Amino acid sequence: MGDTLNFNAACPIPIGQYPRIQLAHGGGGKLMHNLVEGMFLKAFGNETLDARHDSAVLNMPPGRLAFTTDSYVVRPLIFPGGDIGSMSVFGTVNDLAMSGAKPLYLSAAFILEEGLSMETLWQIVCSMRAAADRCGVQIVTGDTKVVDKGKGDGLFINTAGIGVMEHALLIGPASVRAGDAILISGDLGRHGMAVMSVRQGLGFEATLQSDCAPVAAPVLELLAAGIEIHCLRDLTRGGLASALNEIAQTARLRMLIEEKLIPVREDVHAACEMLGLDPLLVACEGRFVAFVPPKDAGRALAILNGRQTDTAAVCIGEVGSQTPPMVVLRTVMGPSRILDMASGEQLPRIC
Amino acid sequence: MSGDEPLSRTGKVDFGGIVKEVCLAYVPEAKVGDYVIVHVGFALSLVEESEAMQVFQYLKEMDELAGLKEGGP
Amino acid sequence: MKYLDEYRDAGTARQYAREIARVTTRPWSIMEVCGGQTHSILKFGIDQLLPQRITLIHGPGCPVCVTPLELIDQALEIAARPKTIFCSFGDMLRVPGSRADLLSVKAAGGDVRMVYSPLDAVRIAAENPGSEVVFFAVGFETTAPATAMAVFQAARKGVRNFSILVSHVLVPPAMEALLSSPQCRVQGFLAAGHVCAVMGCAEYEPIAAKYHVPIVVTGFEPLDILQGVLMCVCQLEQGRAEVENQYARAVRRTGNPAARELISQVFTVVPRKWRGVGEIPKSGLGLREAYGAFDAAKKFGLTDRAVAEPAECLSGLVLQGQIKPPECPAFGKNCTPEHPLGATMVSSEGACAAYYRYRGRAAEVTV
Repeated sequence: MGDTLNFNAACPIPIGQYPRIQLAHGGGGKLMHNLVEGMFLKAFGNETLDARHDSAVLNMPPGRLAFTTDSYVVRPLIFPGGDIGSMSVFGTVNDLAMSGAKPLYLSAAFILEEGLSMETLWQIVCSMRAAADRCGVQIVTGDTKVVDKGKGDGLFINTAGIGVMEHALLIGPASVRAGDAILISGDLGRHGMAVMSVRQGLGFEATLQSDCAPVAAPVLELLAAGIEIHCLRDLTRGGLASALNEIAQTARLRMLIEEKLIPVREDVHAACEMLGLDPLLVACEGRFVAFVPPKDAGRALAILNGRQTDTAAVCIGEVGSQTPPMVVLRTVMGPSRILDMASGEQLPRIC
Repeated sequence: MSGDEPLSRTGKVDFGGIVKEVCLAYVPEAKVGDYVIVHVGFALSLVEESEAMQVFQYLKEMDELAGLKEGGP
Repeated sequence: MKYLDEYRDAGTARQYAREIARVTTRPWSIMEVCGGQTHSILKFGIDQLLPQRITLIHGPGCPVCVTPLELIDQALEIAARPKTIFCSFGDMLRVPGSRADLLSVKAAGGDVRMVYSPLDAVRIAAENPGSEVVFFAVGFETTAPATAMAVFQAARKGVRNFSILVSHVLVPPAMEALLSSPQCRVQGFLAAGHVCAVMGCAEYEPIAAKYHVPIVVTGFEPLDILQGVLMCVCQLEQGRAEVENQYARAVRRTGNPAARELISQVFTVVPRKWRGVGEIPKSGLGLREAYGAFDAAKKFGLTDRAVAEPAECLSGLVLQGQIKPPECPAFGKNCTPEHPLGATMVSSEGACAAYYRYRGRAAEVTV
């Protein structure tokens, strides 16, 4: 991820005066104005934002629109391989991509905790700009609020996104068919374990980097190549298990997957073993599962692998026709078992 | 590894790429390069390399025994 | 990962399965004591590799599952206090007490923290001199050395605001209690590998002799369990009743002397109530007088009280190996991981949770 703005450069807001966010920064007065101008507008600057209207007025290309929103509450704010800022951009872009939409515009609303370091905020904001540039999207409108110290965990971000569908497919669980190949775009569990690796108390030294990344480009490439995509789902909270179970229930079909085909890096595997976690339930932030007819599977994988060097997309199974719907995993040992969703939240917040 | 006193000895243990600080008080004989069983942040025993292949060795012996009983392969 | 993945080799597993089938001439019931072994069996489908005549009975080796309701209620009481930081392993956080669990106490404003090691709790105490820090000391002999060290270090460093709520339990007395029950159908045991890594194998010898049951100290990986089963079946077929060590790469007959030394310095053997089983004499560890200042029950003046279990919960029978989780009427209906009736559905080592997660609400999956 290229840093187009160096956060070590002089911060636009005189740090000497306000090294930390104060309640007044959300008050609507001068302090807030300076914050918005000096930080957000400076980093995100584009024609629409610069118009400084209450709402962004956009020229939309013709066609169906995709619209999504997500809030980001990850702790810690900055982790190996990413931060809450880049996540908030990639996450929403990826949600749009899961409909096969070309992402265009984002909104960004910030809830800042009194006491948040200005330098941290600048780092995150710059990271958002870099992420937006990488995806070819613009952040065109936003909001800022400040809450009392102790009420906010540093920073919460909400982003909403609009994209345009340049294809005529109906991409979703309803289109999944028995016999479809189940593909995943890369290895699992990096994000969740990377965040764990810097959590207080569970900390371990690791070179684990989050897989936080946009996936719009590979999806659009699949569409451009005429791959008949039936369904896409990005693998975030709850990991592969949640995604497949949700789709199985909605499509009312059974998923059959092979444990030995599912790629997990050795260090992710080790971290999971150490903490008693199942990599199939751990969050990713730059991976998706795709359902395509078997005739398209080979070509789809070739396209996905043509553009990545860090990981490999593979076919992990197929959609079955048995009932009731569930996800069945053939274990490395041979016998099969059910792959259920994670129940409850024992992991700290990770996205 | 750090700590002069045996009971406060800690060391960095590598779990297949993940490194964590672990209390080594209960394995005073542990040296760098040894494998240990770790539970809740404590190394509890050294893994005996000579016994590690025992799981596979045992099967081989059972096989050979069976072969002998049945009068050879 | 070295010393891990090799023990998950499918080809060797199938060989073991064939060998077990070859030597088995009669039906046998074998109990795996440790919850970690139960999970491995269900996760890797080891029971499906064994011949029908071998029945695996799941034992009470889940320390979270056997922690009495009263103790959980005491934990909740402490955690709800102001200026108190309650530290616990992740698993205990969702175990229901009479009315709530630690996570709901946290949601209501209690300072409840998950820790990886008891030493983390001591560190938190040192960093927060204005608060009382209490660690929920739950576990078998595998965890006792860690708790012992935490108390020992707290004493040495003079960390007075640290204390532990003790619920340590010992395996051999539990095995004896099971074996002396008239309903006991267990003919052989896979003993808990890591417990024996600490305590050694010697204390199982009198049990094997008295009840004439083979006891094989077994590891946790699929091949360990398969070898343990094979060794146990061979003994049963030959009418032997000895203590054997399958987990020789990690377990010595004398266990870990340094760990046992510190355990006996800090703790003494006490009677303990096992949830779902009842009180078993000499089956728990309590703090010695010399370390009494670190006993949270004394410090907070907690009273013992009897609490009734929800009638529907049959975890006691599950823990004794009398029934399998799917045989409980509440399984998958009123009792699920999201709203558990008992600890066996919550703990990652609980038999009910393992069945629910890996086998679903119904009977075995046929694919």
